Amino acid sequence: MDQMSKIVRTIACVLIVPGIIFGLYVIMHGHLTPGGGFQGGAIMATISVLFIIAYGEKIREALDRDILSLAEGLALLAFISLAFLGLSTTFFRNFLANEGFIFGKAIGFGINPGYLNTGGVIPLMNLAVGLEVFSALSLVVLIMYLGSKNEVLKDVE
Amino acid sequence: MNGIYKGLAFVVLFAFLLVAVGDMHPFGKPPSEMDDYFIRNGQEETASNNIVTAVVFDYRGFDTLGEATVLFTAVTGVFMLFAERK
Repeated sequence: MDQMSKIVRTIACVLIVPGIIFGLYVIMHGHLTPGGGFQGGAIMATISVLFIIAYGEKIREALDRDILSLAEGLALLAFISLAFLGLSTTFFRNFLANEGFIFGKAIGFGINPGYLNTGGVIPLMNLAVGLEVFSALSLVVLIMYLGSKNEVLKDVE
Repeated sequence: MNGIYKGLAFVVLFAFLLVAVGDMHPFGKPPSEMDDYFIRNGQEETASNNIVTAVVFDYRGFDTLGEATVLFTAVTGVFMLFAERK
């Protein structure tokens, strides 16, 4: 099977817009609404899986596994670096919360409208984890797809 | 003979279940004060409305680091399994 019909390919191209936007929304509002980095990254990875199914062999031109692998490593490194930046107090100290700087708006106990500019390092960690989960889940499916096209040698068959 | 083993396993597991139900704390009274602390102070300390995210990424951030590492290791294993043979 080289690639699926034109209907499936067109629907995949239409669905990439709401899919990626919904994934980024879930990641970016992780400190306000249910969801977060893991969930949003999984939503975005669904889109790349859909493209792998729809386009078949032509996915080699769009998804580069070296770039995805690099993004995964860098995102995990950014997550650990954010954890180390709070090391003046403890590991994983939320050093940006309630400071008035980026993501530093202070909120009190109780109901509020849900300001995006709150949470300290939590939104940044959500972004890093979201990128990591998206790259990792896409890589797993992509590597399995490309590996299924490999020819099995005679001596290991 | 097989039925005796099945019945024995059922009785033993059911006894464990009954013991566990007898040891349960009363409804609405958690065994520790930790969850009350998160609900009362989590919003002020982490400035995050979502207490679950506050616990996952702030109070228990080390656990999330382990989860991310597990995912990284899984991808490494898939790379190794599907490596192209030269």
